[in-house]
Amino acid sequence: MRKAELVMAVVMAVFSAYLMWKSAELPIGWIPEEGPGGGAFPFWLSTGMLLCCAWIVVRWVRRVSPASQSEEQFMDARARSSFFWVAGSITVMIALIHFIGVYGAVPLFLLFYTRFLGGHKWGPSLALALVSPVILFFFFEIALTITLPKGFTEPLFYPLYDIFL
Amino acid sequence: MMSSTHFRSATAIALGVVLGVFGGLANADWAPKKPIELVVMAGKGGGADKLARFMQSIVEKNDLSSKPILPVNKPGGSGAEALVYVKQKQGDDHTLLVTLNSFYTTPLRQPALGIEIMSFAPIARMAEDTFLLWVNVDSGINNVDDFVKAAKSAGNKWIMAGTGKGQEDQLLTSFLNSAYGLDMKYVPFKGGGRVAKELAGNHANSTVNNPSEQLGFYEAGNTRALASFTPERLPLFKDAPTFKELGKDFVYFMQRSVVGAPGMSPEAEAYYRKVFKAIYDSAEWQDYMKKKSLQGDFLTGDGLKEYWGREYKIHQKMLKDIGEI
Amino acid sequence: MEIFSLLIEGFTIAFEPLNLGLVIFGCALGLFIGAMPGLGSVNGVAILLPMTFLVPPTSAIIFLGAIYYGAMYGGAISSIMLGIPGASTAVATTFDGRPMALKGLADQALVTAATASFIGGTISIILFTLFAPPLAKVALAFGAAEEFALMMLAFATFIGLGGDDIPKTLFSIFIGLVLSAVGLDIISGQPRLIFGDITGFMHGINFLVLAIGIYGIGEMLWTIETSKGEMTVSQANVTFRRIVDGFRTLRRTFKATMIGSFLGYFVGILPAAGATPGSLMAYGVAKTVSREPETFGKGNPEGVAAPESANNAASTGSMLPMLTLGIPGSPTTAILLGGMVIWGLEPGPMLFVEHRDFVWGLIASLYVANAFALLINIAFIPAFIWVLRLPFTILAPLIFILCIVGGYGPTQDMHDVWLMLGFGVVGYLLRKLDYPMAPAVLAIVLGPLAEISMRQSLLQSGGNVFVFFERPISGTIMVIAIILFLLPLIKLVRGMLGRKATG
Repeated sequence: MRKAELVMAVVMAVFSAYLMWKSAELPIGWIPEEGPGGGAFPFWLSTGMLLCCAWIVVRWVRRVSPASQSEEQFMDARARSSFFWVAGSITVMIALIHFIGVYGAVPLFLLFYTRFLGGHKWGPSLALALVSPVILFFFFEIALTITLPKGFTEPLFYPLYDIFL
Repeated sequence: MMSSTHFRSATAIALGVVLGVFGGLANADWAPKKPIELVVMAGKGGGADKLARFMQSIVEKNDLSSKPILPVNKPGGSGAEALVYVKQKQGDDHTLLVTLNSFYTTPLRQPALGIEIMSFAPIARMAEDTFLLWVNVDSGINNVDDFVKAAKSAGNKWIMAGTGKGQEDQLLTSFLNSAYGLDMKYVPFKGGGRVAKELAGNHANSTVNNPSEQLGFYEAGNTRALASFTPERLPLFKDAPTFKELGKDFVYFMQRSVVGAPGMSPEAEAYYRKVFKAIYDSAEWQDYMKKKSLQGDFLTGDGLKEYWGREYKIHQKMLKDIGEI
Repeated sequence: MEIFSLLIEGFTIAFEPLNLGLVIFGCALGLFIGAMPGLGSVNGVAILLPMTFLVPPTSAIIFLGAIYYGAMYGGAISSIMLGIPGASTAVATTFDGRPMALKGLADQALVTAATASFIGGTISIILFTLFAPPLAKVALAFGAAEEFALMMLAFATFIGLGGDDIPKTLFSIFIGLVLSAVGLDIISGQPRLIFGDITGFMHGINFLVLAIGIYGIGEMLWTIETSKGEMTVSQANVTFRRIVDGFRTLRRTFKATMIGSFLGYFVGILPAAGATPGSLMAYGVAKTVSREPETFGKGNPEGVAAPESANNAASTGSMLPMLTLGIPGSPTTAILLGGMVIWGLEPGPMLFVEHRDFVWGLIASLYVANAFALLINIAFIPAFIWVLRLPFTILAPLIFILCIVGGYGPTQDMHDVWLMLGFGVVGYLLRKLDYPMAPAVLAIVLGPLAEISMRQSLLQSGGNVFVFFERPISGTIMVIAIILFLLPLIKLVRGMLGRKATG
């Protein structure tokens, strides 16, 4: 935990510095008769972020904040594996949406999650994986007319549009 | 409950596949296969958004298209996000874009985007919105002479409120500044309605709103139209002379056009032309144009492209004059 | 008394079978749209707008008004049950609503939210009925300087919301504000902070993307880790008796509800402010005046009642500038304004004279919609509780999918979905290190309003920084805000002095 606290503060400090640099693309000073320039607001606030990071590091050195005192592991093996599988499967699902669309990725994700991560039986897992996309379709595409991404499965939906829209 | 929905939709899907296959063969003319995306270069509730949703509802009410037209908002970068998005939809037959004058100004101000406006499919010019010069009634200003006198003595303390930077309202402000030797300060706000309110609340000294934005306050007697940027006087504002009458040869409009993705198939283009012509001819649209004092005939195809070419050059010159490009 | 007869006239319009049916249907539909993370009243009203062309204008606005109301009620549902604010107006509801649900009091929280919404809505409609025209003048007097002062007041009221770690709380506020600056700088018309020239950043970072990322994905990852594979995370119960008991807490939350109702309404009528600052300020004020401020954030029903009554009151309030001035008081009313264009009505001061049936039909139907939204909401509570009792390994993936689809819906851009995932993962890691996340979420909502109004007033005044104090309304608000900012500091100094004295 102690190490993670420092690493996070340093990473965030680097990020703040990047934001300061990026904000400085627009004027960051005071323009007479007009007030602050376009980059001033994000620039000075990122400076504030950087100062906060420095403050966090000072507190880390002095061991004031709870996280900098804790000798506990930041993520134990259990936490690491649950984070890896859950966040990983979501990432894969979002990536798949680009190719096989929501109606392909969602059932795969649900099946994977309920059957393998959740340890449910095949029956309920399959049922959930098949029913959810149907509900999504009717709620979003038909009732609210929000088109969800379909990737290359799009032509499969033309006949459905013909019926319901 | 859930299983019965599931069952019904499963049957529907099966039925759909069958119908789709046979229906597709019977139809020779081009028709949209899926909902049509109508990209809007403004956020929900913005001027272009209102217009897009208005057109959408005319289509729904009069059943003008076999698939719905669905507005999608891409408000980023005064139209830049929308233009890039539609540009990337090269050859797509289901993507349209509602454009304003940022159709010219944004590609001019941000050449890095690589937008070639002539590559878009010219579907329809639905209208041209007009601009007038407005002041608050409390100011006691009755005509352009009073306005010039007051603005001159106020110098850069004279506040002109408008929407966006490097766009319509600022172009008109800089015209007034140079034509009458003024030094008005331009303050951008988000949305024409907000600008109109700034004037009615006496937070700004003048605006160059569209009639539709000021109409509410005008009718209540809060604001006054001094002059219009049109070739002829507007029927709704008979007392406001044109700048032409006042000896300044200057006319400015805001286009409200619909364009298709570059490389759209000619069949699809023809289909949409028909749809938007029908919208233009509908009683609702004509009534709206009259009420909001919109001008302009229906333009399409080469006529529309010619119009773009002219307007593009005008904007190029205006932007150069104010030093934006 | 003229108002009274007009109102009765309005009620006869509202109770026409078609209109009454639309109210009930609209409330129920709005409830579900509001309960979806990502789809708030803005999207609901925008999507259903063209449908209203099929009925007369008065019925149309009654329908959309009912959706607006229903969605405001519904926003509380996902805030309380899932801890994900479905819309920015419901952020403050998560602060205490979520802890209540985790304690197994989800039904009580839902009842509190529904009744507070009802009271807030009703009070604001009464205020609307009685004082519409004079309040329109107040809204008109509000310029950019006043708006900035109001934002400062909003920041001041929730200064105490962060954790105990001062640098981390400040960091959270700053990062939220910087992220809110992404997109376009309206004053100079220049693109700003477009990372890697990706066009998706041009429309800025939507509040929803950050909120769903942090609360939907980040908090869920955290819950999954801390629950260590347990099947159900929150015990949830519901019986008729418990719901009736829920009404008993009304006396306890009375003060908070009143604060929320009046504050929400007055903030709501101010242009551009809308329900979000209103609900935040109501939460902050309710906490300050509460007898037990230390229980806020740990499941105090007052912390649910104040923001919920405020956001409903503000949604009625924001109709006032819409109808009388033709300017939107909130994003949703901006779309309703578009609707009036479609129906051929001209909003503005003349609307009350020329289209009395429309205005009063709308006002009367708001009373009716409010009552039905309450009934429908209470009726659905058992169903919502049933969902909460699903095994967590089924609920979690469904929530993830709702988040992803809900994050996609408003902008229809996969860029926002990726961004949301990024915020979720970073938010989870920060959360583990005790960085408070709520300040960042609030800052991203208020940041743009504060920056733009500040720069507009400076432009108008020619760079005079005293403009905020020279104008009477903004000066008064600024002074209150500064006092609120200084209060914690004074307390701190006093505490230090006290310690020194004893030590």
